[in-house]
Amino acid sequence: MLGRLWQGRRIPLAWLLLTRQPVRLLVALAGIAFAGILMFMQLGFRDGLFDASVTIHRLFDADLVLISPRSSSSVSMAGFPRRRLVQAMADPAVEGITPVHWNLLLWRNPETRGTRSILTLGFEPGDPLFTDPSLAPKAKLLQDRGRVLFDERSRPEFGPVAEWFRSGRTVESEIGGQRVRVAGLVGLGTSFGADGNLLTSHETYLQLLPNTPPGSIEVGLIRLRPGSDPGAAVERLQRQLPADVTVLTKEGFIAFEQNYWRTSTSIGFIFTLGAAMGFVVGCVIVYQILYSDVSDHLPEYATLMAMGYRLPSLLGVVAREGLLLATFGYLPAYAAGQGLYWLVRNATQLPVTMNTTRALTVFTMILVMCMGSAALAMRRLADADPAEIF
Amino acid sequence: MGLDRLESGPAASDVVVQVAGLSHWYGAGAMQRQVLQSVDLAIAPGEVVLLTGPSGCGKTTLLTLVGALRQVQQGSVRVFGEELHGAGRASRQRLRRRIGMIFQGHNLLRCLSAEQNVQMGADLLPGLGYRARRDRAREWLRAVGLGDHLGKLPHDLSGGQKQRVAIARALAARPQLLLADEPTAALDSRSGREVVDLLKGLAREQGCGVLMVTHDPRILDVADRLVQMEDGQLSQGARPIE
Repeated sequence: MLGRLWQGRRIPLAWLLLTRQPVRLLVALAGIAFAGILMFMQLGFRDGLFDASVTIHRLFDADLVLISPRSSSSVSMAGFPRRRLVQAMADPAVEGITPVHWNLLLWRNPETRGTRSILTLGFEPGDPLFTDPSLAPKAKLLQDRGRVLFDERSRPEFGPVAEWFRSGRTVESEIGGQRVRVAGLVGLGTSFGADGNLLTSHETYLQLLPNTPPGSIEVGLIRLRPGSDPGAAVERLQRQLPADVTVLTKEGFIAFEQNYWRTSTSIGFIFTLGAAMGFVVGCVIVYQILYSDVSDHLPEYATLMAMGYRLPSLLGVVAREGLLLATFGYLPAYAAGQGLYWLVRNATQLPVTMNTTRALTVFTMILVMCMGSAALAMRRLADADPAEIF
Repeated sequence: MGLDRLESGPAASDVVVQVAGLSHWYGAGAMQRQVLQSVDLAIAPGEVVLLTGPSGCGKTTLLTLVGALRQVQQGSVRVFGEELHGAGRASRQRLRRRIGMIFQGHNLLRCLSAEQNVQMGADLLPGLGYRARRDRAREWLRAVGLGDHLGKLPHDLSGGQKQRVAIARALAARPQLLLADEPTAALDSRSGREVVDLLKGLAREQGCGVLMVTHDPRILDVADRLVQMEDGQLSQGARPIE
């Protein structure tokens, strides 16, 4: 079978047409790669930003999450009675709970004395909070008053806290006029709404925010017994608990946050538009290249038709040119995309990474771009009249 | 438009081309201009027919009609016994695979080497493997004396060499009819002479009819028959002066 295909092969006309004009080919590939890079960047930023909005959400050790129905996103979490979480314990599927305080507080940079808002979570140091087991021993350090765990992956604007701490210095700063001391470092990561993170005990949190209504929390984590169905538990709890709480699965909690950024801001639109621009630019470049290529070779195409080559087989040549351009333009775009993602990760700590879905999306876009342009350029081929070449 | 199909006579199988009562017009309405007037012509296998006449007299039109490149308007054109009047695009295309064409400008594919250009002709042959088609291309290039220039691009060949590649390309498709439009126009007298001699020799070997349009008085002697055209009408000549 393969042997027959090999014997049936023809002169690779599309390949030769492209490669015998190296300058034009390079221009075309540069244009396609540019369009691909633009799409990779815009889509990467978009997905990265949406992903980044839930950096913290993903870390929680929870199957279900209780929040207030008045909460709209991580930057505006409303309180609800802690009693509801205790009530949830009555459900046979619930194994454990963790009440969590959640608010943005003003942190004073210990070096420059400037303030900046930082996401602060307050919890009982003995309670499980994150799935990462390395937190538990550090949480013990929070049992003393006025102690905080600082996220070493916070943006540098919060001050050289991590460096100072590691070099053995006592790092102290101020939150809302209250003195706090850094008791340890954790690695969480920045998110869309928060440039930095801070963990502290329930007690210290109330000290920093004395106006918190008693018995009010912002997030309630619920862990289910192994083998229970989270969906069924959500329904049961939502039915049993009063309307002043919303019950979500962990995925629902993540989706709730992402949905806010997707629908209540223009981020999605802006970056999708950016990617669309890349697509259009690419289309124009490829169309120009293929159209002038067909025009330049029109007498040769007409000659082939006069020799007895059928129009579809010549259209196939143009289609293969489009396919080759798409493939060879995509490869540098993919490589450059990887490189730029790495740069962005280093510069912004945003979780922008290459994933298969995006790699395939961009390839599909480039393919559509090249094949669409080839289809348009083919119309020029219809002008090739073999009777005119004599 | 009249449909004056001719009865296929007993001699029809012996001729490659049988043209009868062929008329052709360009333009429409008041701008219409007749270029061919009831032309009759027959070409036998292996016969070399030279068509001469002043420019604009309709020679090339006749060539494109016989070459199945244009729709026949009136009259009959039979090529290999197949009527072209009323023939569809697809059947004309199929027929063209059996007709070799050599153009005034060599019309080689610039991006292909001499060998690849000739193979584009050989590729039209059905049922041949890649190697067989390539070998055929090489054979033909050797036959036209370009065995040492297989890998050269048209750009690197002289005018005569390019025209010889074009001949090899046309013959590699094993045509039964060869149409040539002023194949020597761009050549000096020596290489022009070589090209037509070659053409004639190879065509005769293949038993392939040749219709060649030319202005070149130096090559008239290769013709088995000379046909004059003036104002769209043919005046058949006898054998040319040796």
